[in-house]
Amino acid sequence: MGAIFRREVLSYFTSPIGYIFLAAFYACSAVSFANVSLNYGSTQLDGVFGEIMIILIVLIPILTMRTLSEEKKNKTDQCLLTAPVSLWGIVLGKFLAAFLIYILGVAITIVYAIVVSAYAAPDWTVILGNVTGLALLGAAFIAVGMFCSSFTENQVVSAVVSFIVMVALYLFTTIGNVIPIDFIENIMPGFSNLARAIIVAVVIIAVGTVVYFVAGRKASTVLITVAIALVLGLFTYAGDNLPDVFARLSFWERYYGFTYGLFDLSNVLFFVSAAAVFLFLSVRVLEKRRWS
Amino acid sequence: MIEVQNLSKHYGDKKAVDNISFKAEDGEILGFLGPNGAGKSTTMNILTGYISCTDGKALIDGIDILENPIKAKSKIGYLPEQPPLYLDMTVREYLNFIYDLKKCKLPRNSHLKDICSLVKIEHVYNRIIKNLSKGYRQRVGLAQALVGNPNVLILDEPTVGLDPKQIIEIRTLIKKLGKNHTVILSSHILSEVQAVCDKIIVINEGKIVADDTEDNLSRKLSVDHKLSVRIDGPKNEVAKLIKGINGVVSCEEGAQHSDTVWDYRVEAKEGVDIRRELFKRIAERNWYILEMKSSELSLEDIFLKLTMGEAIPALEKKSDGGRD
Ligand SMILES: Nc1ncnc2c1ncn2[C@@H]1O[C@H](COP(=O)(O)OP(=O)(O)OP(=O)(O)O)[C@@H](O)[C@H]1O
Ligand SMILES: [Mg+2]
Repeated sequence: MGAIFRREVLSYFTSPIGYIFLAAFYACSAVSFANVSLNYGSTQLDGVFGEIMIILIVLIPILTMRTLSEEKKNKTDQCLLTAPVSLWGIVLGKFLAAFLIYILGVAITIVYAIVVSAYAAPDWTVILGNVTGLALLGAAFIAVGMFCSSFTENQVVSAVVSFIVMVALYLFTTIGNVIPIDFIENIMPGFSNLARAIIVAVVIIAVGTVVYFVAGRKASTVLITVAIALVLGLFTYAGDNLPDVFARLSFWERYYGFTYGLFDLSNVLFFVSAAAVFLFLSVRVLEKRRWS
Repeated sequence: MIEVQNLSKHYGDKKAVDNISFKAEDGEILGFLGPNGAGKSTTMNILTGYISCTDGKALIDGIDILENPIKAKSKIGYLPEQPPLYLDMTVREYLNFIYDLKKCKLPRNSHLKDICSLVKIEHVYNRIIKNLSKGYRQRVGLAQALVGNPNVLILDEPTVGLDPKQIIEIRTLIKKLGKNHTVILSSHILSEVQAVCDKIIVINEGKIVADDTEDNLSRKLSVDHKLSVRIDGPKNEVAKLIKGINGVVSCEEGAQHSDTVWDYRVEAKEGVDIRRELFKRIAERNWYILEMKSSELSLEDIFLKLTMGEAIPALEKKSDGGRD
């Protein structure tokens, strides 16, 4: 893991990617800092941290787009996967390297805080909370980006897909609001949520079974059917609470707390486990590829 | 030591490797010979744990590559078909990375230096791999496999892209390494396998077609009573003379090279060697033999015959026997 970590960090600086990421991050956050804080003579940095999240959605895919896809394309994964290292070692080494570069970017916010402190003493606990939040959010986003890059050999595809996924995660609350869950409630008025969920799942599995036999018994059909049945079943079960559930899973809502300097342990755990889940999925993708 | 038992790999319906078994002892160089798409690289990828097999077992020094991958992998040096190089690193950085990756315990600088002088890349040590020629990249790939001095070396077409002088050097190197390592190499170049390997496995469409030492293989299929001769002399008379030799079954004229120079294909009864007699008689008539070779099958012919699916009785028996 150490070897992979060092190589990755080095490669961020032998290729333009590391410089592009840092330059863009510094430039965008500085513009935001100038707009939100300096222009209004405000010593509050919350607004800056809020805007940085948007910047991340664009920049993190650049940071992670080649982590796993490039290896596959250049066949260098053959060297990693046949070396005495575990898949977790590979994925974690790469993750930590990207995270280090990211932290180098985030460190600039300390500079902003110091600039502000020339005018009035800023609330350091709030700033510390903000930086922690930003670090956690970044860790989760980097894991998402790596997961996206594990699918494809193409960096551009990897970047675009992770961009879309991150936008979706950002808009999670909105997505939760627009899912027409009352549609199902309207066609099955007299049932409890659980009964509805079971009915929905059964219907989907029935359809999936038909597809399975008609479209030539593929294992992927089974997987997709089960996944859809599970997701829609859970959605139906959540019923009216669905927007609430989505809001709880929204990266934005979770991060928002930090920008006010609220240090909520559940939010910390949320980001840590989100990162862990996506790293785990990346490992699974690598593992799966060996068996295909 | 490498042991492969009933190994299969299916890609969908395609059987890339189909139930193959073989064994390579310590100090043995095993050659893997087969046409494109035979399944050589696939087998090697399974042995090194890069991909998993559908069925069967691969043991490296008695360790199952699927059950204890990290331990097994630490015993292998692998040069894949396409050397796995990070193009934006220098050779120095790359080899140091591999050294760390393999958690190598040997003294770093002297070990890497030894390897570089073995494959002759000292003078490109500080250059970026991207700017190296194909042959040099291949050598760096080979160096990478040697880092950590692993017990088992698996080399997929190791001499591809090298110049003739380097090919000979690398073959000599492999032979030397073969004395105290287990080496498996694949190749389409038959002379290479002939020159380097102790044991040859011919593989086609995922199946082993022949598994034998190179000597045995040629001997079994040899046809030393058939000659191909190029003679300077009047065609009809030469042909008549040859047919007159005791034991000759047939004599056909082949290609004409100049007015009086012709090729002849001569077949004698099995076990009869007519070469001395032929030489004496031609010389007596003041004609000249310009070339004479027995058309003993080279590995090339064996290979073609085997993989074209032509049944060769001697070998059929052998491979059936081996499988029981
Ligand atoms: N990822 C894959 N998906 C589907 N089929 C594959 C895959 N990899 C290899 N194959 C098939 O498996 C067979 C064996 O391929 P392999 O690369 O092992 O051949 P090879 O003997 O190394 O050939 P070459 O001499 O060209 O290197 C081929 O028919 C190939 O098309
Ligand atoms: Mg191959």
